[in-house]
Amino acid sequence: MIPWLTPMLEQLFVEAAIETLTMVAGAAFIAILFGLPLALLLHATDRGGLAQNGLVNRPLGLLINAVRSTPFIILMVAIVPFTRLVAGTSIGTGAAIVPLALASTAFIARLFETAFREVDRGVVEAARAMGATRLQILWKVLVPEALPGLIAAVTVTLVSLVGYSAMAGAVGGGGLGDLGIRFGYQRFMPEVMASVVIVLILFVQGLQSLGDWLVRRVRRR
Amino acid sequence: MPVSAAASASPPAPHEAAAPAAAPAAALAAIALRDLRRHFAGRGGVATKALDGVSLDVAAGEIFGIVGRSGAGKSTLIRCVNLLERPDSGEVRVLGEELLDLDGAALRDRRRRIGMVFQHFNLLSSRTVADNVGFPLEVAGVPRAERETRIREALALVGLADKAGAYPAQLSGGQKQRVGIARALAPRPRILLCDEATSALDPETTQEILALIKRLRDQLDLTVLLITHEMAVVKEICDRVAVMERGQVIETGRVFDVFTQPRHPTTRRFIADTIGHFIPPGTVARLPAPRPGEERRLLQVLFAGPNSTRAVISEASRRFALDLDIISGRIDEIAGEPFGLMALAAYGAPAQIDATTAWFAELGLTVTPVADPAAQTKAEAA
Repeated sequence: MIPWLTPMLEQLFVEAAIETLTMVAGAAFIAILFGLPLALLLHATDRGGLAQNGLVNRPLGLLINAVRSTPFIILMVAIVPFTRLVAGTSIGTGAAIVPLALASTAFIARLFETAFREVDRGVVEAARAMGATRLQILWKVLVPEALPGLIAAVTVTLVSLVGYSAMAGAVGGGGLGDLGIRFGYQRFMPEVMASVVIVLILFVQGLQSLGDWLVRRVRRR
Repeated sequence: MPVSAAASASPPAPHEAAAPAAAPAAALAAIALRDLRRHFAGRGGVATKALDGVSLDVAAGEIFGIVGRSGAGKSTLIRCVNLLERPDSGEVRVLGEELLDLDGAALRDRRRRIGMVFQHFNLLSSRTVADNVGFPLEVAGVPRAERETRIREALALVGLADKAGAYPAQLSGGQKQRVGIARALAPRPRILLCDEATSALDPETTQEILALIKRLRDQLDLTVLLITHEMAVVKEICDRVAVMERGQVIETGRVFDVFTQPRHPTTRRFIADTIGHFIPPGTVARLPAPRPGEERRLLQVLFAGPNSTRAVISEASRRFALDLDIISGRIDEIAGEPFGLMALAAYGAPAQIDATTAWFAELGLTVTPVADPAAQTKAEAA
């Protein structure tokens, strides 16, 4: 048995792991849900796109860049009123999901857009020549052709979310990172800090391997 | 010859002087393009005229080739036929209907009747061969059962029935292009557009794909419009050809006529690449020098028609008292018609050589003087 792992600490560990998982999964789900249409919109309205429109593309791009360039810890505090509006409260794991989702939506939208840009323009042209509508091109050509890139983007986002979620302690979001700071750093328990880091490393490794395996499975090239 | 003079004439007006016998009446034309213009804004505000007043008629059932160097505008032109590219002005009549007047839904419907094959195949890598071929049917809302029948039918046409479950990455270039053709044919179009369909393939596969396109034209009564930068492709399968340069059609006609009697210098250069004679300078250097008072001239003689079998060389030699040295010669076929091509060195008095070339021309042979590298060097030295 591990001597310092008291029943209380053990319970805290389990709770923190569940909080981290909740925040990462919740934020990633929302990010994919909103990021995919945003990325398609960005891609389609881009110059030479299916529905070229600078009036949509430029403000949208600016907004996404603004969210992405705001340091997460500041973003989290800055949007407290919005968080309260959405989650009903500004503290706790649920509330932490709101800024995490916002930051990762902007992040994943750019990554998805890049994945769409990698799709051969000739394939899109061929689909147009075959009489496909723009929506058909988005869902039947762009999304399936970009799928390996989209999955890779989700993997990268999940990994960054694990890192961001450590900052959620600032708004009482809990999680493994918070546990590491409170016990490992503030209570001088380096073994707790080390355990947290090891668990996070294993967690990220697992995510990355799963993502890579999925990419290999869907890639037909 | 620029055809822009025909301007925006109404469709029935014949607009080209070339090969009147073969020029189809506009009423029969599967594709009739009138005075197409398209420019692209270039760097520094300089606009490039990709299409500068192009008019063309493609008759139903023919294989029509458009040949030109890259940047000549042929790619823009073929994209105007299904309006992947919209011309700034002009008319695009396909199967008797003006496509520029159609709204989005009607245009998509017409596009399904115009198959298109691409240089880089443009297959969906995430779909199997069968699902690629089924794609145009799927977007048109054809029910699954019907789709499967048509996919099988289209794959059988191109000889790939056994590859239905494969992914494009598992196929060779030639097989990928066969899938591309099957996909274009699945909606049973009347027209097939080929955008440099063989340019990414090796010579042997190119021959296979060209033979396939020709066979499908005969079998399905298709009208084929193809663009290429290779005169060899035109020579192989086209009935008629248009040569493009700087956004204009500079020559149009039956392939045999254009090959045997090219009128525009650009066309001549194109043909020289394919069937022309290249006389190595080393060979010329080894030719004997002309005797005093005589001259040496290099000639290229093209034999076509009734006199191609006559013993003209020895006859000319006797008649005009000159020596004709055959440097090279070959027999070839264009669009199924035979012709001969010969490179000669003529030695004799200048007047006699002139008389000989005149007599050759009388017989219906095409004589083209070839620059004598040795003579040029001498002239430069003098």
